[in-house]
Amino acid sequence: MLPFRIPIREWVSGAVDYLSTQFSVIFDSISDLVLFLVDNFKDGLLALHPLVLIVIIGLITYRMAGLTMAIVAVFGLFIVENIGLWIAFNETLALVLSAEVFVIVLGLPLGILAAGSDRFNSLIRPILDFMQTMPAFVYLIPAVMFFGLGLVPGVIATFVFAIPPLIRLTNLGIRQVPKELIEASDAFGATRTQKLLKVQMPVALPTVMAGVNQSIMLGLSMVVIAAMIGAGGLGADVLRGISRLQVGQGFEAGLAVVILAIILDRITAGFGQMKKAK
Amino acid sequence: MSAIEVKNLSKIFGPRPERAFKLLEEGMSKEDVQKKLGLVIGVYDISFKVESGEVFVIMGLSGSGKSTLERLLNRLHDPTRGSIIINGEDVTKMDQKELIQFRRKAFSGMVFQNFAILPHRTVLGNVEFGLELHGVDKEKRQKRAQEVIEVVGLQGYENSYPSELSGGMQQRVGLARGLALDADILLMDEAFSALDPLIRREMQDELLELQTKMKKTIIFVTHDLDEAFKIGDRIAILKDGQMVQLGTAEEIIVNPKDDYVKAFVEGLDRTGVFTAGTIMQPLKATAHVNDGLNTVLHKIRRAGLSSMFLVDSQRILHGYLKADEVATEVKKDSVDEKKTPNPSLIHTSETVHPDTQLTDVINLYSESTGPIAVVDGNNKLLGVIVRGAIIAALSKGYKPEDNGSADQTTTEEKVE
Ligand SMILES: Nc1ncnc2c1ncn2[C@@H]1O[C@H](COP(=O)(O)OP(=O)(O)OP(=O)(O)O)[C@@H](O)[C@H]1O
Ligand SMILES: [Mg+2]
Repeated sequence: MLPFRIPIREWVSGAVDYLSTQFSVIFDSISDLVLFLVDNFKDGLLALHPLVLIVIIGLITYRMAGLTMAIVAVFGLFIVENIGLWIAFNETLALVLSAEVFVIVLGLPLGILAAGSDRFNSLIRPILDFMQTMPAFVYLIPAVMFFGLGLVPGVIATFVFAIPPLIRLTNLGIRQVPKELIEASDAFGATRTQKLLKVQMPVALPTVMAGVNQSIMLGLSMVVIAAMIGAGGLGADVLRGISRLQVGQGFEAGLAVVILAIILDRITAGFGQMKKAK
Repeated sequence: MSAIEVKNLSKIFGPRPERAFKLLEEGMSKEDVQKKLGLVIGVYDISFKVESGEVFVIMGLSGSGKSTLERLLNRLHDPTRGSIIINGEDVTKMDQKELIQFRRKAFSGMVFQNFAILPHRTVLGNVEFGLELHGVDKEKRQKRAQEVIEVVGLQGYENSYPSELSGGMQQRVGLARGLALDADILLMDEAFSALDPLIRREMQDELLELQTKMKKTIIFVTHDLDEAFKIGDRIAILKDGQMVQLGTAEEIIVNPKDDYVKAFVEGLDRTGVFTAGTIMQPLKATAHVNDGLNTVLHKIRRAGLSSMFLVDSQRILHGYLKADEVATEVKKDSVDEKKTPNPSLIHTSETVHPDTQLTDVINLYSESTGPIAVVDGNNKLLGVIVRGAIIAALSKGYKPEDNGSADQTTTEEKVE
């Protein structure tokens, strides 16, 4: 209809170019930080003998989700080790955990801010909607442009994809704290910080933990996609299975992702309910 | 100095609330103002004083502004107009920081209808909450919390979570959380309204008993007249955000200021089932016409009364004797203590018949200075009217068979 094409793609790539050259220091330090985290997680996990790690994860699962789940977890981990995916499994775990660290460090304060200010909330809500409806693949491009190929853009893309539910649910959890509890803490002379730490956050905790749970699950769903830009781990095995039409290998890697998902899901879900069950 | 002094206090909800005043001053009703301006009148032009140690009840129908008024006192709501002086300081002028300090200093927190205790904390953790906020160190605050837990009868439940407790127990936690603090003023908003009637009465009695020891200034919100009369030294009745009457239970029963208040008082005995006979209390002791002064005094003292009816062997009423007068008489050297009281000591008593209607009893009660005797057609003494029984009769919970109920000890002052 128009005589010319609106140059969205030029704008975006221009902006990305500009940012990545002008702020290379920032991107480099972010990159270093991500690598530092992922490497430490990975090295830490792999430093343990598989059997030891299986027992540890089994115990945590037992504590959070009961005996049945613990047995399922141990059995699943045993299979993963047995089919030779142990290292890839831990790489993926390290990636997801690193992304989750960033999600929590940034998502919690943003959620708290959103709960405290209607203005800020209405400002970030459309951004969060946008982030969640955008196909996950789209995050790969800027991530690659800013951070190159490899693990780092994988973690960053996972982070961007996974942060909205934590912000949303932290916001929701705090807003749902009964009005009388807020009035009570005010009436007893609580400061803002006291109110947040002693009343709002503890009462909102189950909802916040649901946010953590959701963001981890979303992060896991990014594993295969992140592998497309070289993030490695189980995703890489899945991709290899697909591209070489090795259904068996692909299935094994997929199964390992599912096992990881089940374990992480049960542990984080259990954490949200722990206080109540007591 | 009064503990609390409220002057011309108003709270209007909505944008640019000042707009409401002109219309209100012209006498427009709450409803019309809301229709016209979209502003809600929470509280309008209320003034009163509360003395230290007083139990001050705020009563009214739902939406009449009780909670709003109470929340203005500690500024959970900011007033639109008017002043609130508490312990000599103007609360309305404080900034946020001063306000937090002031709440800690002046208020023992607040007790809520839905308890508002923290679900993630144990009973102990909840009771020490206030002290924790105020920065009291752990050992000290837990010791104090433990003491208060025993006062409200929750020992053994220190480590239970609220979800494991019954409503009554949860409200004990809510009450203990306030009592753990030393501050003078305790705010209670429908604190017992969510409890079932039996537990509710029990809590009321306990609060009264506690109050005799701790002497806090309690601002108690309720929509229940019975509760108001039972607990309050004075009662403020609100209607559409305005205070229509302020007074003691007697003043309100006897002299309801307008139809709204009258409806409260009368509505409670619309059936007219209560008569002097159904609410009268049995007599603890009577003096006999042949009793010597010394015996009379002894009887009066033993029964712990301030006056006593005088009857003969047919239990025909001859009048009543006042404790202080008998005591003075006995002290006089010239008097023979074995002698029966001389006629000047015997006062004529107001009497009613068993089938006298409650409203008439109330009128008589308010006018008389002495005790009211219930007598039959032959002037034979049957019982006595006490304040507690009148108030109980006005409330729904009263059962006529309840004669000689626990109320007697706390409310008999007029007969005594
Ligand atoms: N935060 C608020 N914003 C707007 N209007 C309010 C607010 N709080 C109370 N109101 C209004 O103020 C009026 C008085 O309410 P309030 O809660 O003080 O009544 P109440 O006497 O405590 O009633 P109840 O017995 O139902 O608790 C009501 O009309 C209510 O709708
Ligand atoms: Mg209320």
